[in-house]
Amino acid sequence: MSWAALGAFAAGSYALKAAGLVVIGRRALPSGVDRVLALLPAALFGALVLISTFELDEALVVDPRVVGLLAAAVAVWRRAGFMVVIVAAATTTAAARAVW
Amino acid sequence: MSPTPHEVRRAAVLLGAAVGLVGISFGVVASAAGLSLPMACAMSVFVFTGASQFAAVGVLASGGSSLAAIGSGLLLGTRHIAYGLALHRVLPLDRWRRLLAAQLLIDESTAMATAQPDPRVGTGAFWWTGASVFVCWNAGTAAGAAFGDAIGDPSTYGLDAVFPAAFLALLAPHLRGHPGRVAAALGAAIGLALVPLTPAGVPVVAASAGALLTAILVGRNDAPGASSTAPER
Repeated sequence: MSWAALGAFAAGSYALKAAGLVVIGRRALPSGVDRVLALLPAALFGALVLISTFELDEALVVDPRVVGLLAAAVAVWRRAGFMVVIVAAATTTAAARAVW
Repeated sequence: MSPTPHEVRRAAVLLGAAVGLVGISFGVVASAAGLSLPMACAMSVFVFTGASQFAAVGVLASGGSSLAAIGSGLLLGTRHIAYGLALHRVLPLDRWRRLLAAQLLIDESTAMATAQPDPRVGTGAFWWTGASVFVCWNAGTAAGAAFGDAIGDPSTYGLDAVFPAAFLALLAPHLRGHPGRVAAALGAAIGLALVPLTPAGVPVVAASAGALLTAILVGRNDAPGASSTAPER
């Protein structure tokens, strides 16, 4: 990758990040739109949880990350702190991978 | 009970530290894909979007062109448009701060900010999380790219499970109310179903339809738990 390509990548990424913020600005939105936007994080992060667990090279696979996600789910359910959730997921995944 | 600003700052710093671990894996992967140390570091500073960076470097590692790498990275980044829209209530800022906020607009800062019931706490959560992740992600990238050979394969340490776990922890506050649970389930189903069918990046963006469907299908107050647990900000 050249420096020019890297510059284009950075500019494109920034444009995507700025688009939503700039387009909406400070305008008040109709309540229906507001309601969809309030639900947007739940839908996006719901998808990201499962995609980052089961996706590998644009295919669905079951690998030791599942064990990590289950450990994280237990930790979240027990109201553990953020770092505990992360460490639980990483250590159980590493352990599962050692014996998979 | 909503978190205090102090608790939010603490969570932001811990989240940054966790993302720093992922930053180390990015540095290792980037250097294995042939990126020089300055280039890996520059990408983390200026692109600053973990998932897009991993996607781009993954394409390079598998022998793809720079154009294909950027294309897949940008496609994955299209969800940031939705994040910007979702943050409109949390970030009532002037134009210049918005331009700075845009660079720090990532999965983690969006999730932390939108998880706070009080918009003012959410604004603080955005800046603290964005700054903390920025520092740790870049430090991690530099360390991973510099010492990649000594570290070896990051997945040996289970670092590939850090993302799902972090997203789950960030999703949890949105699951308190019925509409949030429906939106999460629909988004997850749509996203997962599209993974084998569409290029990387499309499934997450398409998952936005889960929010739209939920708003149409689930009534404002008629759902069990919706009125008592008050999921809306």
